[in-house]
Amino acid sequence: MVYINKNTKVIVQGITGHQGSFHSNEMIKFGTKVVAGVSPGKAGTTVNGVPVFDSVEETLNFEPEATMISVPAPYVKDAFYEALDHGIKVIYILTEHVPVHDSMAMVNEARLKNAIVIGPNGPGITVVHEKTKIGIMPNHIFRKGNVAVISRSGTLTYEIVKSITDYGMGESTVIGLGGDAIVGLSFIDVLKELKKERQTRAVVLIGEIGGTAEEDAAEYIRTEFNKPVVAYIAGRSAPPGKRMGHAGAIITRGKGTAESKIKALNSAGVDVADYPQDIPLLLEKKFKK
Amino acid sequence: MNLYEFQGKELFRKFGIPVPEGYVIKAPEEIRDDIFPAALKAQVLVGGRGKAGGIKFANNKEEAVNYARDLLSQTIKGSKVKYVLVERKINIEKELYLSITIDRGKRRPLVMASTEGGVEIESVEESKIHMKWIDPVHGYSAYIAKIISKKLNLSGDLGKQFSDLLSRMSKLFEEYDAELVEINPLVITKEGKLVAADSKVIVDTDSLFRHKDVPINLDDLTELERIAKESDYSFVELDGDVGVIANGAGLTMATLDSLLLHGLRPRNFLDLGGTDSVDIVKNAFPLILKANPKIIFVNIFGGVTKCDTVANGIVIAKKEFGIGQPIVVRLNGVHEEEGRQILKENGIDAYSNMPDAVKKVAEIYAMITKGVN
Repeated sequence: MVYINKNTKVIVQGITGHQGSFHSNEMIKFGTKVVAGVSPGKAGTTVNGVPVFDSVEETLNFEPEATMISVPAPYVKDAFYEALDHGIKVIYILTEHVPVHDSMAMVNEARLKNAIVIGPNGPGITVVHEKTKIGIMPNHIFRKGNVAVISRSGTLTYEIVKSITDYGMGESTVIGLGGDAIVGLSFIDVLKELKKERQTRAVVLIGEIGGTAEEDAAEYIRTEFNKPVVAYIAGRSAPPGKRMGHAGAIITRGKGTAESKIKALNSAGVDVADYPQDIPLLLEKKFKK
Repeated sequence: MNLYEFQGKELFRKFGIPVPEGYVIKAPEEIRDDIFPAALKAQVLVGGRGKAGGIKFANNKEEAVNYARDLLSQTIKGSKVKYVLVERKINIEKELYLSITIDRGKRRPLVMASTEGGVEIESVEESKIHMKWIDPVHGYSAYIAKIISKKLNLSGDLGKQFSDLLSRMSKLFEEYDAELVEINPLVITKEGKLVAADSKVIVDTDSLFRHKDVPINLDDLTELERIAKESDYSFVELDGDVGVIANGAGLTMATLDSLLLHGLRPRNFLDLGGTDSVDIVKNAFPLILKANPKIIFVNIFGGVTKCDTVANGIVIAKKEFGIGQPIVVRLNGVHEEEGRQILKENGIDAYSNMPDAVKKVAEIYAMITKGVN
């Protein structure tokens, strides 16, 4: 398994908010052990049967190991430090529009303390065969299987996961890195985990324009990764200098084009799909080999 | 948020980074009697201003007024010139390059410097660009300036000036949540002083809640993009003629790309986001219609956004706004069958599979454009 398993105890910071209450309920339905929620001033209430507290400190009796942070962007950094300083090692940040300097501080601090940051601005993580998820991926798209999916996107991930499921295959771990310029995990970080994980037989990498994470991943795949990988890259038609929805999806100074990423992946033996829906066909081809 | 040169230089002054003496004007009458010979610099948010004739030199007030009138009537790369920066001309001995930006891969600020200043840094060969990274936990430290100044051959008093300047620049970068602080050129004057002859500052838009003093500049957006921003749609104007509405940034990009596979060009990027409101779907159409596309392609993966909600929004929009263009819709996910049923009853093409839907868009597009010719 990757990062979390069926026994991982999860708290939700911002559980009384619209997103926090809806998605904590969906997580519980999926099988996640949501043990407590945090929402200042709301201690003593419950959300979906989960007890709510004023602070992370007050939830420590439940021995939380992971958190989902769903608070407004200006408060994310404080919520993050509250979790980190109380020993929580897997920190998923749902919130969009977190200042990039805050993200830089958070992800570097987390590395020093051996904590994992998933996000910001991503759909989270689902470990299908452990029946557990932290995040907002729709429950109905998954089927237990051996394809792992790593992505910088939300909706596009669901689209591709559903097409894999509809085709008759299934997923092991699906993880959204986040659409911001600075996020906690890179493709390589996750590939290193998947390399030693037995459940996963093939990997789908869903990238997009901006930065060089896909090029870096291609180099790692070429030299060190031993399982078949296929990919989809969004943004072939994007003009330079324009942010395409995600804060991180921007071609700056000629860097971060789809063309460069596709070229790097192809030269590492990774087939890149034209349509997202072609991913299952590319996977089938790899499995037959 | 991109800042104009004069706004960036105001921040430079605030942090003690040396800049030429000067002032900004909005009309030629505002030219003063002092500060000659002077450089007059058109203020635009796009690059390449110098080559486009946006910088003039004046020896006296009369020349300056004429140049100012000329510059203020110009449009540079689509941006109307609203401000001109008037600065005392500096005596240039040498031009350097210096910037602090964010290295996404290393997740930390990057200092870049070069002896090849005054040209776009992209055109400078890599061996002449010197780089050092700032530790994101303990922050900037003076050794960085020591190492870089040596690479730039700055010693003695110039070395001291450089160290002071870079330390102030890193403070600005950090305190103002900057994505970029760039000085190009950083000038060594004949008098032996370092002066920031230009400024490029980009402040992270997501940090503006804590920087109330940063001006909101929307001049680098098109008119449609400004309207979209006011109504809170994630929207980018493009130069094709197929209107696009989709949900999720990644899927919207994938939708644009799929058009390209058929030789079609998108008119726009529009991401509905995670909504389940008929009104948000409906109100996206007037925006698309303003862009006057030949055909509209709606591509939705239903989750939080349910397919029947989208279908209802489309049907209402079609009636209310009298949309004449063909609409092709692809719905997959939560309530997709209900959604497609609603569309079919109202005579709108609806598909489940994205490649099939794109093919249909291409077919109809070929038909209409043939009809026109």
